[in-house]
Amino acid sequence: MIDRTVQPKLEAIKSLDYTHPVETKLKNGTPVYHINAGSQEVLKIEFIFKAGHYVQPKKLVSLLTNKMLSLGTASYSAYEIAEQIDTYGAYLDSHIDKDHASVSLYCLNKHLKKLLPVFHEIICKPRFSETEFKTLINKTKQEHSINLEKVKYLAREHFFTALYSTNHPYGLKLEFDDFDKISLEDISEFYQNYYSLINCKIIISGKFDPEINSLLDDYFNGTESFKTIPEKHFDLISPKEYKIKIKKEGALQSAIRIGKPLFKRNHPDYMQLSILNTVLGGYFGSRLMSNIREDKGYTYGIGSSIISYFHSSFFSISTEVGSEYTLAAIEEIYNELKRIREELISGSELHLVKNYLTGQIIRSLDGPFALSDRAKMIIKHGLPFDYFKKYVQEINSISPQKLIEMANTYLEKDMLIELIVGA
Amino acid sequence: MIEFKRYLLDNGLTLIVHQDQSTPIVAVNVLYKVGARDEHPDKTGFAHLFEHLMFGGSENIPKYDEPLQKVGGENNAFTNNDYTNYYLTLPKQNIETAFWLESDRMLNLAFSPKSLDVQRNVVIEEFKQVFLNQPYGDAWLLLRPLAYKKHPYQWSTIGKEISHIENAKMEDVKSFYKKYYNPNNAILVVAGNVDPENIKKLADKWFGNIPSGEKFERDIISEPVQTEKRELSVKRKVPVNAIYKAFHMCKRLDKEYHATNLLSDILSNGESSRLYSKLVKEKKLFSELHAFISGDIDEGLFIITGKLMNGIDLKKAEQEIYVELEKLKTDIINGNELLKVKNKIESSLTFSEINILTKAMNLAYNEYLGDAHMINNEIDYYLKVTGEDIQKIAKKIFRPENESNLYYIAEQ
Repeated sequence: MIDRTVQPKLEAIKSLDYTHPVETKLKNGTPVYHINAGSQEVLKIEFIFKAGHYVQPKKLVSLLTNKMLSLGTASYSAYEIAEQIDTYGAYLDSHIDKDHASVSLYCLNKHLKKLLPVFHEIICKPRFSETEFKTLINKTKQEHSINLEKVKYLAREHFFTALYSTNHPYGLKLEFDDFDKISLEDISEFYQNYYSLINCKIIISGKFDPEINSLLDDYFNGTESFKTIPEKHFDLISPKEYKIKIKKEGALQSAIRIGKPLFKRNHPDYMQLSILNTVLGGYFGSRLMSNIREDKGYTYGIGSSIISYFHSSFFSISTEVGSEYTLAAIEEIYNELKRIREELISGSELHLVKNYLTGQIIRSLDGPFALSDRAKMIIKHGLPFDYFKKYVQEINSISPQKLIEMANTYLEKDMLIELIVGA
Repeated sequence: MIEFKRYLLDNGLTLIVHQDQSTPIVAVNVLYKVGARDEHPDKTGFAHLFEHLMFGGSENIPKYDEPLQKVGGENNAFTNNDYTNYYLTLPKQNIETAFWLESDRMLNLAFSPKSLDVQRNVVIEEFKQVFLNQPYGDAWLLLRPLAYKKHPYQWSTIGKEISHIENAKMEDVKSFYKKYYNPNNAILVVAGNVDPENIKKLADKWFGNIPSGEKFERDIISEPVQTEKRELSVKRKVPVNAIYKAFHMCKRLDKEYHATNLLSDILSNGESSRLYSKLVKEKKLFSELHAFISGDIDEGLFIITGKLMNGIDLKKAEQEIYVELEKLKTDIINGNELLKVKNKIESSLTFSEINILTKAMNLAYNEYLGDAHMINNEIDYYLKVTGEDIQKIAKKIFRPENESNLYYIAEQ
């Protein structure tokens, strides 16, 4: 008979092995990172530009520029682009964040040569048609009006303003009249300034011919002169308001955010605070989930995270709870914060978190596209490629004393912003 | 091509093992052949609530999650109308913990009253968060009972209403478990860098002595043929008007399934698709417009849903949808357009083979449908579809008496 009361012997994972990107360059000097992994004949090519919110002259410019790229180019209309992409079973993906803009092509290897001409024009020769621009503005505005009905969206937007203020690009919140203030000239000028191949990094992931750069060189060989854009700089401003309540009539649930701005991603305390965050709210068995969902049943989910942008990171606890549980849930959140500041974490809980986190890192590095996402994070923040090896070492060596020190340094109650969106 | 080995244990548990040497992660998927369609009309939402209770501890393991997290693993589950699926991933060194955990909750649950109390609440908050506190969140709660009058697809997995969840009793939990959570009603898939013979041994060790459950016949009322067009208009505090159209379509295993899926792709997969290019981009009637199929095991739904641009008349916009549907009935689509949607399918099937967990889930689902091998010949069925096949489907399903329409009217 087997003894079902005893867990099978476990093996702790102390080290990590993963494919590092190979750094190469196109003939024109654009850096290309190769991640050759996986067994399917597919690939992803991602172009990353420093063309996010931080450098935009007006709200919406970085987003709309990014979206306009595939809506018509020198030799293809928006429809023709879509038709080419669809005909070869490919996908285009564009993404914008506080600091960066990116455009990715996913395709089967066998179709890459057919797709490069159109993908090249998307990156290098967008047409910026007035008709497409108007349609895009109207669609985006309508999406915005739908989002405004969601407590989660409202909480997210207002929380950025509370963290960074409207005097910093990270804290700007979209208003309806912003849609009327933007013109196609803004888009075209932003593109000229920020979408140069010199301002760009490329990541290729999948299973591909290592000589792939020579294919790209035929297209992405722009030697066009480009203006050097002065680096923009905005001072970070400390939060002014710590208790914020946003009214949303008729809401059945309240969205809650509790958090604060932190340091940059390369700060020496980042990894340790990140491990502490996992204990508090970073996984299903975390303190917040165990208490507020699994014991009290106030919510479908609660979590905490540290989100990093280039100039700053922030810590945030977020949840949506039944309106009648709003105050009780907030009280429990503060109880958990107090506990993490005042009580040493037990050996068994820390052991669990260490193993869980190591497993998470292995999962996050599994497969070509996962590796590509991780490489993008590394490149965006200027971190070393062996970052995750160091992180696993840090996880293995961290002590309960170090964690309580982190909690008291960074998670003092009166330094936290509390924001509620609800009825 | 996904290669695998299939075994049948004496107690009726099906085991499928897929070896992939490229990953340090192992995926374990346990599919139970029970979903919301097996629920009583007065006790809906139960299969999904039960899924939550599967994490409330089993006979020998007080907490499911802790031991798994302790070996670097992570898990989740979902319930739909046809089945309930539990899945986990963990570093391959610790694979045996997955067998220990999954076999214990198949053997016997703890049936903790506290867990039932808390999870009722959690699911009620899920109901509010996903279906009630979102603009258009209740669309499926309204559309299903419009399209289905008899068949249990008339309710969503979350349930018809919150009171059904509030009223769930421990005795219901126990009898549901006894009837459905048995090795002969489950499929276990293990995928990763593993040796199939070794996995078979582990399965015998941990699952082998779990007794079989009593066999049962599924007795689901089939949906009578719809004979007239149905409509429902609701006023809601939403920013713009929206249309949801539902047409009855074939079963998942019907020979018309693949042509029906391609038909939805012609309408709506990618920005060059007909509905998007004509009605969103060219005529600017909708801010978004989608067509997709539910793909359920029993007769499913072909859905078309769109949000109108501000100031556009709802009936006029709807008329333009009909114009597009009519074209599919009168004209046979050309070879290039057909090739395009087939290429998209080929590509999405290949992309779905990248992730080890996705492969494990797809193997389990195909085995549930009848044979895991279907995962590898799916593409052939798509490639065989002709323009005439698609026209035939369009004529068959795009008829007023096969149609149910839900309209959201924005309250000013």
